[in-house]
Amino acid sequence: MLNIGAIKEGFVLDHIKAGKAMTIYHDLRLDKLDCTVAIIKNAQSSKMGRKDIIKVECSIDYLDLDVLGFIDHNITVNVIKDEEIIEKRALKLPSQVVDVIKCHNPRCITSIEQGLHHIFVLTDEKTETYRCKYCEEAARKRD
Amino acid sequence: MALKHLMSPLDLSVEELETMMDLADDIRSHPEKYAHVCDGKRLATLFYEPSTRTRLSFEAAMMNLGGTVLGFSSADNSSAAKGESVADTIRVVSCYADIAAIRHPKEGAPLVASMKSLIPVINAGDGGHQHPTQTLTDLLTIRNLKGHFEGLTIGLCGDLKFGRTVHSLITALSRYHNIQFCLISPPELRVPSYVIEELKEKGIPYAEVVRLDEDTMKGLDILYMTRVQKERFFNEEDYIRMKDFYVLDREKLEQAPKDMYIMHPLPRVNEISVEVDDDPRAQYFFQAQCGVYIRSALIMTLLGLAKEN
Repeated sequence: MLNIGAIKEGFVLDHIKAGKAMTIYHDLRLDKLDCTVAIIKNAQSSKMGRKDIIKVECSIDYLDLDVLGFIDHNITVNVIKDEEIIEKRALKLPSQVVDVIKCHNPRCITSIEQGLHHIFVLTDEKTETYRCKYCEEAARKRD
Repeated sequence: MALKHLMSPLDLSVEELETMMDLADDIRSHPEKYAHVCDGKRLATLFYEPSTRTRLSFEAAMMNLGGTVLGFSSADNSSAAKGESVADTIRVVSCYADIAAIRHPKEGAPLVASMKSLIPVINAGDGGHQHPTQTLTDLLTIRNLKGHFEGLTIGLCGDLKFGRTVHSLITALSRYHNIQFCLISPPELRVPSYVIEELKEKGIPYAEVVRLDEDTMKGLDILYMTRVQKERFFNEEDYIRMKDFYVLDREKLEQAPKDMYIMHPLPRVNEISVEVDDDPRAQYFFQAQCGVYIRSALIMTLLGLAKEN
């Protein structure tokens, strides 16, 4: 397997669906940070066939990973400190997601009002339903 | 009451709703007592889409309390035509008025306004989403007609997909015991899935039917008719196909129970024949009257004037 240098402190996001790493890179707003980020595409995986991996070198308090719970439950979050995995963090559904997905309801105020955040609120944990804060339209899950 | 804005009927607890309806009944019985409670107060009516009835009802409600009104009645007459955002408009209007009622074709626009406003904001209808003051009107009408909500079977007929009055009313009535719904609509205009989900979740019995006939009307306490709204359709053909799907005329009404009241948010087009108006079960004009009393009670409540009277 391709080897990217170990990180001192940060996160390794494993078991990302192949081809989705760049989307998650943007969802986590990693493009806005100046820390070291390694993106591994199409790595071999016995469980998934192919998978993506993201390694982020940053303080472990620095990154809000809640949004990953909304994007994909199956992503494994390894928290690294002093080059050791100190925690495998379980992903849970965030109570709301901001500017990750857009409301597709053409009648929603977000379709015309400038500067409005696209906010989706968790309304049903059992069915993992998120609804637009403004018009209550159910979120469409991304592939 | 801690209520700052009214976006949805659920912003009010059942107890708060009862208190507001008691106040509305008192305004109805003793209008002179309330003729000056809003002296010096201003209501802004920000109507981005035309709705003569709701706007006039709000204006009458404020004027009956001694207050004054200002505003616009369509987006063309407002800064929206110049591209001003809802957020900016409400910030400016907050400097001119003490309370605002907003109707907007886009869903969630009043919520955006309430997030930026310095004064109480009332959702006076947002697209096909919510229309809480119509719901308060409907609840006050039902309480006056039936005396209670518990155990009632409510039939809702017509455009249940885009009919926001229907969505709000179902949500509000769902909080009462043993309530049941009969949802009568063409398959294309069925109640949206999120409303059905709510009913299922709360274990509230409901039936979805297409025909408005004797069988359907049997056992209904209220038949709530709605208009198929042209402005909600993207294509004219669909509207024409749907608009006369249900027509309640004298002949059909003969098959209905003697104690089944007919309500309608108005305006009506063809769905209730004029000949039905004289039937004692037709209560839609009384309903319009209730709309003024409950809006007065709401304005007083949001301005913090309800306790003083």
